[in-house]
Amino acid sequence: MTATRTETEETVARTEKELLDAAEPVGSSRSERLSALVQQHGALAVLVIVSAVASLSFDSFATGDNLSNMATSSAFLAVVALGMTFVIITGGIDLSVGSLFALGGVLAAWGSQYGTLVALLLPMAVCGLIGVVNGLLIARSRLAPFIVTLAAMLGARGLMLSLTDEGANTYLVAKGSFLAELGQGTTLGLGNPVWITLALFVAGAVVLRRSRFGQHVYAVGGNEDAAALMGAPVARTKIIVYTLSGVLAGLAGALNAAWLASGVTILGNGMELEAISAVVIGGTLLTGGLGYVSGSLVGVLLLKVIQNVINQIGSLDSSYQQVVSGAFLAVVVIAQTWLGRRRQLL
Amino acid sequence: MAPSAEVLTVRGLSKSFPGVRALDGVDLALHAGEVHALIGENGAGKSTLIKVLTGVYRPDAGDITFQGRPVSFATPLEAQHAGISTIYQEVNLIPLLSVARNLFLGREPRNRFGLLDFGRMHREAEESLRAYGVRVDVRQPLRTLGVGAQQMVALARAVATDARVVIMDEPTSSLEPREVETLFEVIRRLRADGIAVIYVSHRLDELYAMCDTVTVLRDGCRVHTGPLAELDRLTLVSTMLGRDLGEVRSEGLTKFTGDHHAADSVPVLSARDLTVPHKLHGVSLDIRPGEVVGLGGLLGSGRTETAKAISGALASKAASVTVAGVPLRAGSTPAAIRAGISLLPEDRKSEGIVPGLSVRENIALAALPRLSRFGLVSEAQVDKIVDTFVKRLRIKASSPYQKVGELSGGNQQKVLLARWLAMNPKVLLLDEPTRGIDVGAKAEVQKLVDELAEDGLGVLLISSDLEELIEGSDRVVVLKDGAVVGELTGDDVTEDKLMQTIAAGSPAPGAAGEVTRHG
Repeated sequence: MTATRTETEETVARTEKELLDAAEPVGSSRSERLSALVQQHGALAVLVIVSAVASLSFDSFATGDNLSNMATSSAFLAVVALGMTFVIITGGIDLSVGSLFALGGVLAAWGSQYGTLVALLLPMAVCGLIGVVNGLLIARSRLAPFIVTLAAMLGARGLMLSLTDEGANTYLVAKGSFLAELGQGTTLGLGNPVWITLALFVAGAVVLRRSRFGQHVYAVGGNEDAAALMGAPVARTKIIVYTLSGVLAGLAGALNAAWLASGVTILGNGMELEAISAVVIGGTLLTGGLGYVSGSLVGVLLLKVIQNVINQIGSLDSSYQQVVSGAFLAVVVIAQTWLGRRRQLL
Repeated sequence: MAPSAEVLTVRGLSKSFPGVRALDGVDLALHAGEVHALIGENGAGKSTLIKVLTGVYRPDAGDITFQGRPVSFATPLEAQHAGISTIYQEVNLIPLLSVARNLFLGREPRNRFGLLDFGRMHREAEESLRAYGVRVDVRQPLRTLGVGAQQMVALARAVATDARVVIMDEPTSSLEPREVETLFEVIRRLRADGIAVIYVSHRLDELYAMCDTVTVLRDGCRVHTGPLAELDRLTLVSTMLGRDLGEVRSEGLTKFTGDHHAADSVPVLSARDLTVPHKLHGVSLDIRPGEVVGLGGLLGSGRTETAKAISGALASKAASVTVAGVPLRAGSTPAAIRAGISLLPEDRKSEGIVPGLSVRENIALAALPRLSRFGLVSEAQVDKIVDTFVKRLRIKASSPYQKVGELSGGNQQKVLLARWLAMNPKVLLLDEPTRGIDVGAKAEVQKLVDELAEDGLGVLLISSDLEELIEGSDRVVVLKDGAVVGELTGDDVTEDKLMQTIAAGSPAPGAAGEVTRHG
């Protein structure tokens, strides 16, 4: 009898243990962690490899001039991609940023006659306002982000063209002004726009990872209904991210105008797609809820390095830049989807 | 219990939706330290009442007094700040966020720079979860937890927010028995702290174990309020259903009529060696026509995976499934459907219904290829089939054109059942067919399962409701860790024997020969 009893007790103990195991995480295996790692840092690894191969293959790649040029020309796209990262993490999209970038540049160049402060604040205010309208229409009127920001993209480009008499009138940034120095000067060997961009990314990362607002951004993208039931301010969060995206696109345009010393009207076409590519390459899920500011920076650099490499291969038509960028994006999205399914995110 | 102050008083609350009067002058009084059962059939108005109380809906008429002051919540956030928190039936958290962030969303601890203090957050999250028997890495995303553990996180979150009233909408529907006990422990603690709890559940055992008072809703009206102890089970059920006491007594509480003696006929479905990495290790089972085979086992034992592997929704290695002797192409859902296998999935919301489509469209969805010629759908045929099943399954909808998303859980389940029955299946795989639906609808679904088996269908029944599993099944195949560990037949189909088999984890005496174990 005693033996039977002990056996029963053992059985009970075993069952209890199994019940406890059932409450344990089900997906924290090594392959799960590896998938997460690849998703988060895959772009960085590819960037390192591509850069290494490029430096070995082309003497002109790893020169100070080339690197510094690449950094500066990446800076403007990076600032746009920073705002886009917030938008995409909430599960949205912002197609207006390319037009806002151009509008911001024109406004900054025009405003530079009234001083640097106006030149910087005016584009941020106007583009931010368009962002607010985007956000209101998306969050309050519940319209699709795709359509709302597409309309803003067309509208902003029209506004920019009307300011420049259909592009015939190019405003210039006065030489030697503080604005020109901001765009063209260098500090410690790197262009000022690069430093500004880095500062913005650090601030962006802190806001996203360490502020309440950042938590709400992830929550809204992760499950909007649940976020609302948990008391997260869903509408306010969306309005803020579209505003932020507009402000940053305007600022990027202004910095670009300062760098070029004029408000160039033909810029920014397709920039929204470049920014989206960079964000997605950087490991942010297009479906929202998961993403990294640092990844977007890496994504921008990767796109620019690939463009640079294609330029270095003299025999290759530069039109192939877009073919390669497109193919690369496709590969990244396929890899991400695969990893996501592996991790059962999608 | 000493009489205590009313925390929440609701008077004359009404709310209408197009075509439905969901709440009609409902009164409710909630006292501090009281566990108040809120019960009613699907469509009785429980969910609407909860949503009005928590600021999701605005009432058309009536007033709510909370802690002595009239209130009107515009958003769930306002209700939460005021001190009313809610645990929803389906876990409503953010799967991609970490456990700790889910727990603290909106009230994260911050350091003096206004930035989140992750150290403190993780420490406090771990501490607070340990009290609920959940020991996990709180830095991991929530989705890596099992459903039960996720529900515990939701519970910890709701209770941690200084609530005066906690509303629990079927909190146990996805919990294992051990977790239910933890939940009860928490409820007792809340009661001792003078917090009022509104408890919605269809499980009578739980109600009688935990609740002090009961309010019964029917068709949007309050039909009874009083101490639960004064109401016996049959009276409770008859009050809820609005049916005669004698009728309930003669029909019993579950609707299963007992055995359908499937002769020793040839199995209509025969599955051999279903193997899915990490989930199933060589599961084999047979279902004969007219037989209800139950799948027993704990959460995570591979019940759902078995059903999915049979239906081709989960690719199985080296398996063979034959339907009426004809082998099935592995891993193909269309092939399985053509062969006559229909799966009613566990998660209605994400795997079954299309909420934006009408009842008619949802029913006809799977059958469309059969109802169409040269790619054109015969509307008359569809109407006929829809009409037949709406009547036969007693689906309550304002019209066949009503959106399924607007129906109650029980009726959604019936629509799904109709969809698969329209396919004339030979085998029906039912994964938790009565989960989250009320007693009345539950009984109807159980009765339907019986009728279908009598009509000669082979049925595989998965249910975490033991009573349902035992009473509904002619035979129970017991799974553990993705392998068959025993089979109960005849008089052995009892709750005790099932528990023993699960606990022992080795073939029970008299189990069928086809038992595979993997170390």
